[in-house]
Amino acid sequence: MSNSKQSEAQVVHAPVFISGDDLETPTLKILRQDGTTYEGAELPEIDQALALKIYDTFLFIRALDERMVAAQRQGRISFYMTEIGEEAADIGSTAALDPEDMIMAQYREQGALAFRGFPLEQFMHQLFSNENDLGKGRQMPIHYGSNELHYMTISSPLATQLPQAAGYAYGLKLEEKQNCVICYFGEGAASEGDFHAAINMAGVYKVPAIYFCRNNGYAISTPSSEQFAGDGIAPRAVAYGLKAIRVDGNDVLAVLKATQEARRLAVEENQPVLIEAMTYRLGAHSTSDDPSGYRSKKEEEKWREKDPVARFKNWLIAQGWWSEEQDAAEMAQKRQNVLDAMKKAETVPSPKVDELITDVYDVPPQHLQDQLDELKAHIRQYPEAYPKTAGRLDDE
Amino acid sequence: MSNMNLLQAINNALDIAMGKDNKVVCFGEDVGHFGGVFRATSHLQDKYGKSRCFNTPLTEQGIIGFANGLASGGHKPVAEIQFADYIFPAFDQIVNEAAKFRYRSGDQFSVGGLTIRSPYGGGIHGGLYHSQSPEAYFTGTPGLKVVIPRNPYQAKGLLLASIRDDNPVIFFEPKRLYRASTGEVPEEDYEIELGKAEVVQQGTDITVLGWGAQMEVLEKAVEMAAKDGISCELIDLRTLLPWDVDTVAESVKKTGRLLISHEAPKTGGFAGEIATEIQQKCFLYLESPIERVTGLDTPFPLAHDKEYMPDHLKNYEAIKRSVNF
Repeated sequence: MSNSKQSEAQVVHAPVFISGDDLETPTLKILRQDGTTYEGAELPEIDQALALKIYDTFLFIRALDERMVAAQRQGRISFYMTEIGEEAADIGSTAALDPEDMIMAQYREQGALAFRGFPLEQFMHQLFSNENDLGKGRQMPIHYGSNELHYMTISSPLATQLPQAAGYAYGLKLEEKQNCVICYFGEGAASEGDFHAAINMAGVYKVPAIYFCRNNGYAISTPSSEQFAGDGIAPRAVAYGLKAIRVDGNDVLAVLKATQEARRLAVEENQPVLIEAMTYRLGAHSTSDDPSGYRSKKEEEKWREKDPVARFKNWLIAQGWWSEEQDAAEMAQKRQNVLDAMKKAETVPSPKVDELITDVYDVPPQHLQDQLDELKAHIRQYPEAYPKTAGRLDDE
Repeated sequence: MSNMNLLQAINNALDIAMGKDNKVVCFGEDVGHFGGVFRATSHLQDKYGKSRCFNTPLTEQGIIGFANGLASGGHKPVAEIQFADYIFPAFDQIVNEAAKFRYRSGDQFSVGGLTIRSPYGGGIHGGLYHSQSPEAYFTGTPGLKVVIPRNPYQAKGLLLASIRDDNPVIFFEPKRLYRASTGEVPEEDYEIELGKAEVVQQGTDITVLGWGAQMEVLEKAVEMAAKDGISCELIDLRTLLPWDVDTVAESVKKTGRLLISHEAPKTGGFAGEIATEIQQKCFLYLESPIERVTGLDTPFPLAHDKEYMPDHLKNYEAIKRSVNF
């Protein structure tokens, strides 16, 4: 039983080629840089408490990113990735969700996790891969996860979470839960085959999913002009049966508004949505990258003037909900908190060597137990070569 | 008990699994109303509805990515890849995602409910892309279980155990035997434990080891050898990862000789892993070199299908070679 959507509404008798330009994708903007809103702009649902919680998360992420880049430079952690310039995108969108909506992120969305209430100590345990890390010290820094906070553990392979989000959302639909999945990814990851697979399946099965693309202009050194030839990511989704919207990703009110509407479509109508947030990766791709090799300071400066955190601060001050004095004091306090937590976390020991073989399977099979026993015997023979574990072997 | 072929046994296992647990969901290309190109999922959509047995778009990476997500939410997807030859587009989702899901999250999330079913193997004039035996690509991946049944009874019991196992399982079905292999299968629910080999026939002179469709070939070879007075101990490995080292080692300590046979190419094939492990565990008991009778190190050919296959004659000769060493 074919169910072709092919329409013959418009029949022509000479070739007419459709161009991408025929589809104009508008960009939602609500907030100007000076903190005023555009005339006639529809504001999202936001009260003082929510606004301050969003802004508090902005400041926390700024303080965390700043300190941990420095910590990586000092060799205290092995790796780090900041989200500077993109705070409005992930934090603004997560603020539109129910706390039980699943977040499936790429890696530059620590703000979403912070908004959900992930404790500073847990950020640190993960970054230092110590024995208190929920991930048991197995993954590189910034690969966070929290079952309790409905934040699926990050993995490095790009875009793999996209079809997973479709499957997870299908499960929610089966259970008739009033929840959705938000799935974050960059514009570079959208070139992976998993993007195509995912949004096609999301469209076919009509799952409660929000695909949230952070289009920040670069995938490491590759500018978006070398990533795709079409008009960004949003128009692709329409062709697959999703609804799409493009927003100013540095405008937290626009992101919040778009995501509140998207969530309603996803949860109430099982209509998957793609949100493309236009933003800019102000920092390096990671601590292993130096952007001066592929882009100009001038370009960065232009975007620094569009700083999403400063823009939202201006709005908060205009509401009478915040002041420059409070801002300076709060930022200083956050920096101190991060520093204190970091110093504590780096003294916590690594997980025990026994954790090497747990969770590969539900129960370690015999061959893994044998390999662990051999390893322990070896460590006992050369304890000085394995300082993290030698002193902590179980007595037998 | 009723007489079933291997496909009917699989269909019956899926029916029982879906009937008893509404978390079990079957999907893949053409799996829905049509019941699959081999009809393994026949009538499941009629019985359990479109939301629990359905077609997917034609995208293997999508099927397994979707299955991973569904499983991470506590469901038990049984995803079908139409031919094992087409599992490779999903390799990333299987190896980097499914296999590592629990480990990387510190057991906060897992896809333990996932089962991937896929027809494998040659002997059906399938040429390069309807004949492959890709098991060894997966046995090198910690976190997965790899299971291959040899007949209808095994298929039902192992599939039910795979679906209920709390780890991602790849279940390869010997498609050459889908209709050719028939036997008595209990109608009720039963499971065969994963990770356990089965000694199919006791013997004293040589241990002959295989899995899946190769067991039928080995049975013939062993029969021929018996006429020459050679007593073979025939073992079906059944689960390749994690595999039952103890049962095989115990047998080799008794017989002093080992032959391993599989359809997949020799180099990098799973026989190499078994041979190495057994050589280490049974060094002082071995009376001849461990034999490997496998496919050639070529793509799977169409015209020379028969020449390529590690058939009963090649195995018979290898048994004699080992015993007369």
